[in-house]
Amino acid sequence: MPVKSLEDLKKIKEEALQKRQIRNASARARVTVAMGTCGIAAGARDTMKAVLDAIEKDQIGGVLVTQTGCIGLCEFEPIVDVQVGEEPKVTYGKVSPERARAIVAEHVVGGKPIKEWLITR
Amino acid sequence: MLRELALHILDIVENSLNAGATLVTIEVIEETRADRLTIRVADNGRGMDTEIAQRVADPFFTTRTTRRVGLGLPFLKQAAEMCNGSLTIDSGQGAGATITATFQHGHIDRMPLGDLPSTILSLVIGNPHADFVYRHVVNDRHFEFDTRPLKAELGEVALSEPSVIAYLKQVLSEG
Repeated sequence: MPVKSLEDLKKIKEEALQKRQIRNASARARVTVAMGTCGIAAGARDTMKAVLDAIEKDQIGGVLVTQTGCIGLCEFEPIVDVQVGEEPKVTYGKVSPERARAIVAEHVVGGKPIKEWLITR
Repeated sequence: MLRELALHILDIVENSLNAGATLVTIEVIEETRADRLTIRVADNGRGMDTEIAQRVADPFFTTRTTRRVGLGLPFLKQAAEMCNGSLTIDSGQGAGATITATFQHGHIDRMPLGDLPSTILSLVIGNPHADFVYRHVVNDRHFEFDTRPLKAELGEVALSEPSVIAYLKQVLSEG
């Protein structure tokens, strides 16, 4: 049995719900990491981990992080899609863990896409 | 080939999710006395009929439309066979699939298990519509992680909220 019990989880749930009511931030941004074989081989798992670490460390709420399969642009892996608020979704290519951190800080939180890293599909 | 078995697991589970699985069970069983390492991924997706199941280990066979090559299973099969092991695929049309890869645990070419917690963390958070059961057995010691009771407890709180991420990381690394 894990040391962290369901009791701890209950507390986390209550805190998170409270914070949400105060900030009213329900999935205002969506980040999708492509996780096909090509992506995995190019390091997509570490890219996803960097996104999750940034969210955890800076306590960024309201961001939905999901995975998808191979998109077919294997030369540009790791690939990350970002959609903030009402804007159209954009696609970043060659997203290393460092780039992922920058994208979370500048685009997801700051609202400014990093144009040099975007790819069109 | 990928550098860690944890990455191969990530890859195979993606197959399960593409087949529409809503429950994926991942087992990593290490038996040092028998010198055997077993990795099993079982899902409740749409399954494959016998003909397709036989062809999936062929790198030039794939069900995707974006490419003509599917390397995930062939890579894993090669990795297992290089270590005196094997890959078996058990499936039926509409009946899910179970992929079992065995390796000689102490074989010099057997790649490391790698970062299993990150793999599981990635899968659980990145695929909120699916449930996962992860079991890691090392001889007589046993760790099990099941997302179903956790999600029932969390209700509508998203898995990618910072505190949930921290909680999941801690549970998985302790295991």
